[in-house]
Amino acid sequence: MSSYVTFTIGAGLYGVDVQRVQEALRAQARTRVPLAPRGVSGLVNLRGQVVLTVDLRPRLGIDPLDGDAEQMMVVVQVGGETVSLLVDEIGDVVDVEPGRVEAPPDTLDPAIRPLIRSACTLDDRLLLVLDVDEAAAA
Amino acid sequence: MEEIDEIVREFLVESYENLDQLDRDLVALESHPGSRELLGSVFRTIHTIKGTSGFLAFSRLEQLTHVGENLLVELRDGHRSMDQPTTDVLLRMVDTVRELLAQIERTGDEGDVDVDGARAAIVAVQEGTLTETVEPAEPIEPAVTAAPAVPAVPAVPTALPTPRPAADGAPDPAPLEETGTLRGAADASIRVDVELLDSLMRQVGELVLARNRISRLASSAQDVDLARSAQQLNLIASELQEGVMRTRMQPIEHVWSKMPRVVRDLATLCGREVRLEMIGGDTELDRGLLEAVKDPLTHLVRNAVDHGIEPPEARVAAGKPAQGVLELRASHAGGQVAVEVRDDGRGIDPEVVAAKAVAKGLRTAEQVAAMTSSELLQLLFLPGFSTAEQVTNVSGRGVGMDVVRTRIESIGGTVDVESTVGSGTVWRLRIPLTLAIMPSLSVECGGDLYALPQVHLVELVALDTQRSDAGVEYVHAAPVYRLRGELLPLVSLAGALGVEAGAPEGEQVIAVVQADQQRFGLLVDRVLTTEEIVVTPLAARLKAIGVYSGATVLGDGRVALILDVQAIARRSLVRDAELAARVAAEAATASRPPTEQVLVAGIGGGRRVAMPLASVARLESVRADQVELVGGREVVQYRGTILPLARLDRVLGAFAEASDELLLVVYTRAGRSVGLVVDEIVDIVEDEVGRHSTIDDVGLTGSTVLGDKVTELLDVRAAVLAADHQFYAADDEAAVFDELVGADR
Repeated sequence: MSSYVTFTIGAGLYGVDVQRVQEALRAQARTRVPLAPRGVSGLVNLRGQVVLTVDLRPRLGIDPLDGDAEQMMVVVQVGGETVSLLVDEIGDVVDVEPGRVEAPPDTLDPAIRPLIRSACTLDDRLLLVLDVDEAAAA
Repeated sequence: MEEIDEIVREFLVESYENLDQLDRDLVALESHPGSRELLGSVFRTIHTIKGTSGFLAFSRLEQLTHVGENLLVELRDGHRSMDQPTTDVLLRMVDTVRELLAQIERTGDEGDVDVDGARAAIVAVQEGTLTETVEPAEPIEPAVTAAPAVPAVPAVPTALPTPRPAADGAPDPAPLEETGTLRGAADASIRVDVELLDSLMRQVGELVLARNRISRLASSAQDVDLARSAQQLNLIASELQEGVMRTRMQPIEHVWSKMPRVVRDLATLCGREVRLEMIGGDTELDRGLLEAVKDPLTHLVRNAVDHGIEPPEARVAAGKPAQGVLELRASHAGGQVAVEVRDDGRGIDPEVVAAKAVAKGLRTAEQVAAMTSSELLQLLFLPGFSTAEQVTNVSGRGVGMDVVRTRIESIGGTVDVESTVGSGTVWRLRIPLTLAIMPSLSVECGGDLYALPQVHLVELVALDTQRSDAGVEYVHAAPVYRLRGELLPLVSLAGALGVEAGAPEGEQVIAVVQADQQRFGLLVDRVLTTEEIVVTPLAARLKAIGVYSGATVLGDGRVALILDVQAIARRSLVRDAELAARVAAEAATASRPPTEQVLVAGIGGGRRVAMPLASVARLESVRADQVELVGGREVVQYRGTILPLARLDRVLGAFAEASDELLLVVYTRAGRSVGLVVDEIVDIVEDEVGRHSTIDDVGLTGSTVLGDKVTELLDVRAAVLAADHQFYAADDEAAVFDELVGADR
């Protein structure tokens, strides 16, 4: 049984391993980083700690949100660093039985493939489990 | 106390530490009787004390630990297993050892501390005869009663029943305060986990941030109490910050201690004779930095031995002593640590460097021809440069100096080289004291804030087009600025970062920065404040961008990126900024209308006059009461001579108000000087000669528009003659006139 913190980006439902998530909170003002790779959305001040924020949209091939749309941050730990992932909405923490976890479909865009660890067939929809290290690497 | 020998002192401190460990080990042994690891640790401790006490001739201590060791050998070798009586006697031995140490500490010798009881007990256990004598019911009282008048009381000769006998303190209740300054010494210096220190440092960093925030609030709140509290917080935070920083400081000796060996081995290998001198080894710097300078420093030292100092025969032939001197020198200088590696070897020949640079295709022959020798030496730091004729296994793999420089710069330091052919080379490193907190200037660019480390900042120049028309000029596409007559290459920060500048070009601010040997102007939108910032390292892939050296949280909670000035310079400037600037200078003089620098002065009545700056010797101010009259002319005594004055307002028919202080524009020519009295000095500006109009008036040669204001051009000759009609008498007048008012007119 694995537990995932779920969230939506665009129309998709995604999840990351609950063990890796430090917290989820409303997105704050970010300091942009000129010349950074396009997935890097900026730096935020998380209680005095400077945290890198990654926007997965360009990587997932989803159009950017409107400038003033409210977003959320899922703060994860990656190799001792704290990274926050920009998401649209935070969902529940779901438990998935091993029998429902499947490999991502072969038809998946090869550019996205390393990002998706598995696809879980929930009752009502599909949950794509993100590889946190890969996702945070923007 | 003070007579105690240094070796004894160290022995005491070390032994106290070991004994504490021993106590724990012995108790732990009881529950894990078979642990070879614990036994080994106990055995080593006792063995060390025994060995050292023998060496220091503390015979009682030696005897006692000797029997203890015998018992431990049996335990270690498995001939005996740990039981309570064994633990008891061993603990008792430990206590007696403590007493002995305390006695030694007080008086310098063992005194008459009784060791026989403990010895006998150990021997008894060893022979299996002690068990009956143990009387668990009778713990400490005998200790107290047995305590004789001697200050140091021997441990109780009889039973010590419990595993942790309370005898530690009990038998000797008397001189608590006089025991153990060394004990104190052991306590006064404790080992602390570096991680704990790092986390303390981080927390202090955050405290500094909070302090900054509160200071900011307090300064805008107009509340006296708040301001006072903020001030206090400010003080405390600063002191705390300094204190915590000091906990991380280590003397540079830690790195240097390996150098004698390095030098010795290398000198033998290369057939050199080298004497190593180290000065200022107690200079402290942050341990993180210490670690970072270790390799570069070692490299420089190796390099000096291998390439710098000549073989003995060559030295003798050059009239130098066969033994070369390699000097390491460290000192604190202006918030930084300066480290020098100096050798008295052959020096570095700039010509050889130039030839190598050309041969390796790093520079063209024309480029090196235009470079000064110090610029040539800078080429040593280029990647892929090595002057060693032969590649040795010591240095000269061509990965040397550029790595040294990269490493030193990565910690915010600088490295520089100076060399005289035949007499030696000096490598100078400047390293910040600490990395964690640094003063910086926050600047705005394209709506974002960036932190510019103060260490690189030279000055700030506001580009104010209102005041003068000297702004940013272009040489082809390269922007330059004239700073006091020198061309300063400009880098637009917005351009370097690929963002839109937030201010029109004319209203930007130039932060003049120094990176390596290059000085350039960084164009930013606005300059905000200077702040002590706490440096947070960046995620690796942001660091890879190569423009930022870190990030920080500013006083208002915003995150700002810290600019890596050196990297920006390297990215944005044409390879050799000096060269570029020189080309630019030539192009600039060719393409622009002829201009000259003029001094603009007010002479009262709202009138301004301009005079060529080239002929002004200096500006002075004198008190009005210093003016004396000589034959109807005003003069002042000036540098031991008499300086005739001419009041420009009177010469030109303006009327300045009388003041207590006179501003003088001093002209000097062939040993004669005159002073022109003006009302105020307004500015020094560039004047385009072509834009002059002629106004025919006494004492003027024309007028021009400077900074939107019509300014009269002073006929300097006439004004000077008004002060001293002999001024030009000695010279060919026409020539002097040309010189005074600028030859290109």
